Amino acid sequence: MDNGKLIVSLKDGERGDPSRSLTEPRWVRWTLIAAALLFMALFVLVPLIQVFASALDKGISYYYDSIRDPDALSAIRLTLLAAFVSVLFNTVFGVASAWAIAKFRFPGKNLLLTLIDLPFTVSPVVSGLVYVLLFGLQGLLGHWLRDHDLQVIFAVPGIVLATLFVTFPFVSRELIPLMQEQGSEEEEAAMVLGAGGWQTFWKVTLPNIQWGLLYGIILCNTRAMGEFGAVSVVSGHIRGLTNTLPLHVEILYNDYNFTAAFAVASLLTFLALLTLAAKTLVGLKYGEERRILPAALERERA
Amino acid sequence: MSIEVRGLCKHYNGFKAVHDVSAKLETGSLTALLGPSGSGKSTLLRMIAGLEVPDAGEIHLTGREATFASAKERNVGFVFQHYALFKHMTVFDNIAFGLRVRKQKEAGIRQRVYELLGLIQLTGYEKRYPSQLSGGQRQRVAVARALAPRPEVLLLDEPFGALDAKVREELREWILKLHEETNVTTLFVTHDQQEAMEVASRILIMNHGEIEQDGTPIEIFDKPATHFIAQFVGETNFIDTEVAEPGLAVWGPFRFSISPALAPKQKIRIYFRPNDVYVTAQLETLQVRAKIAKTRFKGTVLEYKLDIGEDKTLSAQVPKGVALASGFKEGQDVYAAITAFHVFPL
Repeated sequence: MDNGKLIVSLKDGERGDPSRSLTEPRWVRWTLIAAALLFMALFVLVPLIQVFASALDKGISYYYDSIRDPDALSAIRLTLLAAFVSVLFNTVFGVASAWAIAKFRFPGKNLLLTLIDLPFTVSPVVSGLVYVLLFGLQGLLGHWLRDHDLQVIFAVPGIVLATLFVTFPFVSRELIPLMQEQGSEEEEAAMVLGAGGWQTFWKVTLPNIQWGLLYGIILCNTRAMGEFGAVSVVSGHIRGLTNTLPLHVEILYNDYNFTAAFAVASLLTFLALLTLAAKTLVGLKYGEERRILPAALERERA
Repeated sequence: MSIEVRGLCKHYNGFKAVHDVSAKLETGSLTALLGPSGSGKSTLLRMIAGLEVPDAGEIHLTGREATFASAKERNVGFVFQHYALFKHMTVFDNIAFGLRVRKQKEAGIRQRVYELLGLIQLTGYEKRYPSQLSGGQRQRVAVARALAPRPEVLLLDEPFGALDAKVREELREWILKLHEETNVTTLFVTHDQQEAMEVASRILIMNHGEIEQDGTPIEIFDKPATHFIAQFVGETNFIDTEVAEPGLAVWGPFRFSISPALAPKQKIRIYFRPNDVYVTAQLETLQVRAKIAKTRFKGTVLEYKLDIGEDKTLSAQVPKGVALASGFKEGQDVYAAITAFHVFPL
């Protein structure tokens, strides 16, 4: 007796669709799907539309003016700078640390792994405070910095540092499991064939990790542009000087300038949508090669 | 000498992976490095390739000292068990890799790659990626890639270990032919003794990080140097007994004439192969009565478990033709003699 017949005899009258016996009744399925869709619409789609609607509340010219405001432009520049430096540094650091951890055995390896995770486990506000305690006037290095006329806290370097810190783990966390899984046989093959260290890296290692690396960079960039907590602590909120986009949104909002706040926020939202599209594209390409959803996806914050 | 190692050692946290290994391999030879897993054979091969640094000892390649030379300077070809082909490169680019990193002219590279594609019988596959090839084809590409820069020495680490039995057999034949054509000094690691015997003209057997025997396949099979070799190579029976009187040992009804150098009461272990047990239905000369306790069909031979009384059993193998002609059955009384054996003191 084959399977189909077995089901017919057990569930008489169900016309022997073998998949039916393995799934829930129709009303349960539709209720679940409807609940999920309703929830999504209410909590994601409506606010998203609201952002753009409020931004255009006073017309398109007011929207442009809000964005072209010198303080807003300066916030955009600072955000781009912080993101650029974070991505650059964390890419280099991420590749180097992942390489070291995945391909070599050395003392202190577990400590390094734990330290890389630190920014994920510490609250962003605490991360910012650490820098204040370190570089602020009352801080450890405060007097020395003042004597040498250097300002870190309430200045651009502080913002870059704080952003750098909170985005630290993205690239390396993405690459470590990937490189561990790939092992070092291809690198060994390249070396026996006469390739030097750099040749091996550019021709063998990098092509093997390129999609994972791009994925990590996108995550790093998203977080760098959207970071609020740590940056807020070290910024000092000096308009036109130490405000990033998220901080500028907050200031406009506190000034009851809602339309301008939403206009600037729409920029960030637009960036988020762009990143989401890029992430999906890379994720597809990356998934083809790995067939495993990167763990970082779950860790990523809303 | 094309490859020579002297007193080579490699220890990991006190574990002796390779201990005081010395060997010389002639130019153009084809040698197998055989041993159970964990015997240090791969570590030895990787030290010769420059992928591991020895703790002590010397490596000489074609007369030059190369103990601490970089992998690049050694001019060896290495083939990995899991191919280690560059996934993102085509077959052509894989084979060309060793030539390109040496900054050779592109025209010369093309010529060499097509020559090798012919040699591995994969002409027309140059634009494929490794993922589009079968296991056997991948391994042939890996061999071509290793041969491209014309290495003086070719090292293969369990080259056919990841392939299924049929493909493995084809590749054995192929590697033999390839060796005849290229005549590169070749050393390959395997845990498969059948493979070592069929392919190599010389076999080094490793156990616990040391070379236990170095000889031709026939020597290894017929004159095992140690206990380990006697039970590792081929199938074997072994029995523990002691020297009864100078030149004689007794086990059940069997009498073994042994070296008179062994003193009486000396504990010994006697090894003999199942196919060295001669089984007949009729008593001829000097045979012992036995009962066939179990029969196993093993393809070209039939294996019998013989019960010789006193709770003693041994296994015997009889070629299928002979066995069928004799009509041996389970439970039948037969006569057995041991025609060849090896004695090692315990």
